[in-house]
Amino acid sequence: MRRYLLPAAVLVALVGAWQLATSTGLLANVLNLQDFLVPSPSEIAKTLWEDHSLLADNAWVTLKEILLGFGCALVAGLAFAVGLHLSETLRRAFYPLIVASQTIPIIAVAPILVVWFGFGIGPKLAIIALICFFPITVNTLDGLRSVDPDAVKMMRTLDASRWAILRRVESPTALPYAFSGAKIAVAVAVIGAVFGEWAGSSSGLGYLMQLDNAALNTPRLWASVTVLSAMAILLFALLALLERKVVTWR
Amino acid sequence: MLTRTGAPTKEPLSIATNGAPPDAGEVRIAAVEHAFAQLQVLAGLSLRAAPHEVLGIVGPSGCGKSTLLEMIAGLREPDAGTIAIGTAAEPSERLARCAYLPQRDLLLPWYSAIDNAGLALRNRGVGKAEARRQAGQLFQRFGLQGFERSRPSELSGGMRQRVAFLRTLIAGKPVLLLDEPFASLDAITRGEMQAWLAGALATEPRTVVLVTHDVEEALYLSDRVAVLSTRPGRLVSELTPFASRASDRDAAITTPEFGALRAEAMQALREGSR
Repeated sequence: MRRYLLPAAVLVALVGAWQLATSTGLLANVLNLQDFLVPSPSEIAKTLWEDHSLLADNAWVTLKEILLGFGCALVAGLAFAVGLHLSETLRRAFYPLIVASQTIPIIAVAPILVVWFGFGIGPKLAIIALICFFPITVNTLDGLRSVDPDAVKMMRTLDASRWAILRRVESPTALPYAFSGAKIAVAVAVIGAVFGEWAGSSSGLGYLMQLDNAALNTPRLWASVTVLSAMAILLFALLALLERKVVTWR
Repeated sequence: MLTRTGAPTKEPLSIATNGAPPDAGEVRIAAVEHAFAQLQVLAGLSLRAAPHEVLGIVGPSGCGKSTLLEMIAGLREPDAGTIAIGTAAEPSERLARCAYLPQRDLLLPWYSAIDNAGLALRNRGVGKAEARRQAGQLFQRFGLQGFERSRPSELSGGMRQRVAFLRTLIAGKPVLLLDEPFASLDAITRGEMQAWLAGALATEPRTVVLVTHDVEEALYLSDRVAVLSTRPGRLVSELTPFASRASDRDAAITTPEFGALRAEAMQALREGSR
C-alpha cells in the first residue's frame, strides 16, 4: 500500500492546484479564454455524476471494442510468436515486415478502414488489433528466444520432443514476457479505440468526445477522458493481477 | 536445512532401463578430435567405460571435458573419431541412451521438486499422477520425502542437486553423464553429496562418466580416473582408485594410500598442464 501513497499525494496536489486555478478564474485569464472552456475538477466530477448513464452506455461500447480487438491481437500475436520461433524461415520472412508495419500511421489508415468495413464495430476492431499485435508478438517472441540453451539440452537427453520443450520449458520462460507485451497492448488499445471511433462511428466514448468537442461541452469532454483513463488503468491492473496469479515462480 | 543424506536402503529399485541390451552401457571413445573455429579442444582422445563402471575424467579448465560429455550424449558431433554406446553410434541413438546432469541443476522453477524429477516420464507421455507416483517412491528412498511439493527456490543447493540426480536416474538411461555435478556446493555439502551418490549408485548401478576438476571427488567416486592435459585435451595418465565409493567416505579419503594416490593424480595433472 505504501508504494501508492506518494503517487496518490502528487495526484491530489495536481488536482487541487487545477481546482484552485480554475475556480479563481486564473487559468482562463492566463489562457485568455472564456470561463466555461476551462472546467474545474469539481465541474467535471459533477458532469460525471449527472451524465453517468450516457457515459456508461458509451463506455460499454468502447470497452467491448477494446476487449474484442485486444482478444484478437492476443490470439494472433501468440500464434505468430510461436510460429516465428519454431521456423527460422518464417522468422526471416516475417519479422522485418512486422517491425516495418509499426511505421504505418494507423490514424491515417483508420478512415480507409471505415470506407471498407462501414460504421460498425469492424474497423475499430481492426485498428485496435493492429496496434496491439506488435507489442504482444515481439515481446512473446523475445521471451521464447531467451530460453536457457542448457535447459533445452537437458530436456533433449530426457527424451523431450520439440513439442515437450515448447510446452515445458519455452512457454513458461516466455510467459512473463507475454504479460509485459499484453500490458503495453491494453494501454494502447484504449487510444486505438478512440481513433477508430473518430474515423467514423455512431456510439462510444470517442464518438461522444467528437460531439462534445463540436458543441464546446468541455466538462463532458473531460469526463469522457477521465472514464477512458480509468478504463485503461483498470485493464492494466487486471492483467498485472492475473500475472501475479499465474507467474508464481518469480 | 538438515536432511538425511546417508546411503539409501539396499533393495534394488526397478527403474526400467528402456529394455536396453546388456552391452548398452558400454561407452567407447576412439581417436576423437574436436576444434571450435581455430581452437583445438580435443586431440585424438580414446577412452572406454565398461557397463556399470564409473569413469572419472579430471583435467584443467578448458581441456574439452564438457564438450566431450556433450559429444557422448549425441548433442554434438566430433570433427574426427568415433563415439559409441554399446552398438549405438548415431547421435540420436546415443541421445536415447544417455542422461546428462549439468553443473547447474537446471531445475525448472515453475515445477515442484517431484514434477522436476519426473520430467523424463512426462516427456514420454506418462500421465502426471503416474509420474508423481513413480518419482515419489524415489523421493522416499533417497531422503527427499516431505519436499515433493517444494519449488526449487525453496530447496538447499544439495537438495536441488539430488532432485536433479533423481531426474536423471528416473530417465532410466544406461549411461549417466555428470558434468561437475557438485562444483557449486560448499565443501561439507559436496562431501555429503559424494557419499549420497556412492550409495545411490550402489542400489542403481549405471555406467557413469564423471567430469570434475576435484581430484579427490574423482578418486573417491570412480573405478578408473583419466587425467587429461590442457587444451588440446589428450590422455596423460590413467589411475585405478582402490576405495571407490567406500561406505565411509571420510575414513576412505583420509588414509595414507588415498593421499599417495591423490599426490600421483596431482603430479599427472601438473605434467599435463605443462
